[in-house]
Amino acid sequence: MAAAPARGRLFDRALKPAVFLLSLGPFAYLFWAAVANELGPNPAEALIRSLGEWALRFLCLTLAVTPARVMFNLPRLALLRRMLGLFTYFYALLHLLGYAAFDMGFDWGEIVRDIPKRPFILVGFTAFVLLTPLAATSFNRAIRMMGARRWQQLHRLVYAVAGLVILHFFWMRAGKNDFADVAVYGAILACLLGWRVWRRFAAPRTARRGVMSR
Amino acid sequence: LPGARSTVEGAVTMEKVTPYQDATTYNNFYEFGTDKDDPARYAHTLVTQPWTVEVDGLVRKPGKFGLEDLLKLSAQEERIYRLRCVEGWSMVIPWVGYSLSHLIDRVEPLGSAKYVEFVTLADPKTMPGVRSRVLDWPYVEGLRLDEARHPLTLLAFGMYGEVLPKQNGAPLRLVVPWKYGFKSGKSLVRIRFTEQEPRIAWNKAAANEYGFYSNVNPNVDHPRWSQATERRIGEDGLFTKRRKTLMFNGYEAQVGQLYAGMDLRKFF
Repeated sequence: MAAAPARGRLFDRALKPAVFLLSLGPFAYLFWAAVANELGPNPAEALIRSLGEWALRFLCLTLAVTPARVMFNLPRLALLRRMLGLFTYFYALLHLLGYAAFDMGFDWGEIVRDIPKRPFILVGFTAFVLLTPLAATSFNRAIRMMGARRWQQLHRLVYAVAGLVILHFFWMRAGKNDFADVAVYGAILACLLGWRVWRRFAAPRTARRGVMSR
Repeated sequence: LPGARSTVEGAVTMEKVTPYQDATTYNNFYEFGTDKDDPARYAHTLVTQPWTVEVDGLVRKPGKFGLEDLLKLSAQEERIYRLRCVEGWSMVIPWVGYSLSHLIDRVEPLGSAKYVEFVTLADPKTMPGVRSRVLDWPYVEGLRLDEARHPLTLLAFGMYGEVLPKQNGAPLRLVVPWKYGFKSGKSLVRIRFTEQEPRIAWNKAAANEYGFYSNVNPNVDHPRWSQATERRIGEDGLFTKRRKTLMFNGYEAQVGQLYAGMDLRKFF
């Protein structure tokens, strides 16, 4: 990397702040819309749903980093994976807080009763719980402390999270038999996870030789 | 569409009426799409004239009623009802119409008639949502005959003093204020009297989630959410605590006796 051309370095330096600001965009918009009462007739529902959808979008983006990096041979994309992963957690946390605040009025007893009672809430909550250790071990020292192998194994939990999140979304829409959006995100996640399976089992060894990554 | 203030007991709530803008842009009318703003956007294609409603089945005097005849069949009244959606939100809407019982009396149900089935329009040419398979079209709803005859059961032709907007179920719809909103079929084309309990659209789609009765009941949760509370559209802001849902949507004094002795957990 020491010999990277100046233009490449400038790109590196601009890339992360640019993606950071872009990733804050939905939050900024929703915050403004909530204050300005621009969220429509049912603001709480609109807010909770869009926060959840943004968490799902960031999960897709995070999982797309490695396939895009390998397929388009763009090693620098790896710089973005942690940030996108943390934004996934950020929007998931806000989604959960939105539910707790606007649906449940921060009535913790009621929330504790609600979570196991309703499968789709339980599944969504489980996905959030599983994401928490990933967010908590996202800094460099954690990787060193845990050892790369153990760290990697832990972070494979994100695949389980992807499955749970789609199930959460599917059940949320199931009562209305309205699966168009679920199918879109499900297909995206299936491709992103399927690519990993394919690469591990079916891809010829040659495809893995050049690039040192999973 | 003018209506004299109704004198039916419980028919005029004093609560704050939902803004017209919210009541006409936040709708569930899946024939025009599943998003809340789809009906307001796409319902303009609906053709409401001419319009006839076929009333048949177990009645002595079946017939086809033109909209003009139905409008004049009884005096139009204004009724201000709470509307509680099964999704956990509510509105307060001033409807214009008359008790469905006036039409029922006109066709003289036979002794064998136990239920009334309401069939709504399913026209793929004017209703884009009908092309999707979200529900089994046409949308069918039903009531027990005594529920249908209850004076609060309204055949509505207007709201907010004007003719029903298309997204709200023009040119005529049912309004059953003590039941979840989906029980109140929109754009009715057929009313049929039967001996068997009708298979209603949402029950066919998800039998464990939507029962035939679907009375508003804070004690019986929907499998995916609590029905204990609700949010009043256009009135309750982001930080307002959700309000408590009332048994039979607050119409228990008027309709409670219809369900005396019934296990409402079983017949949800």
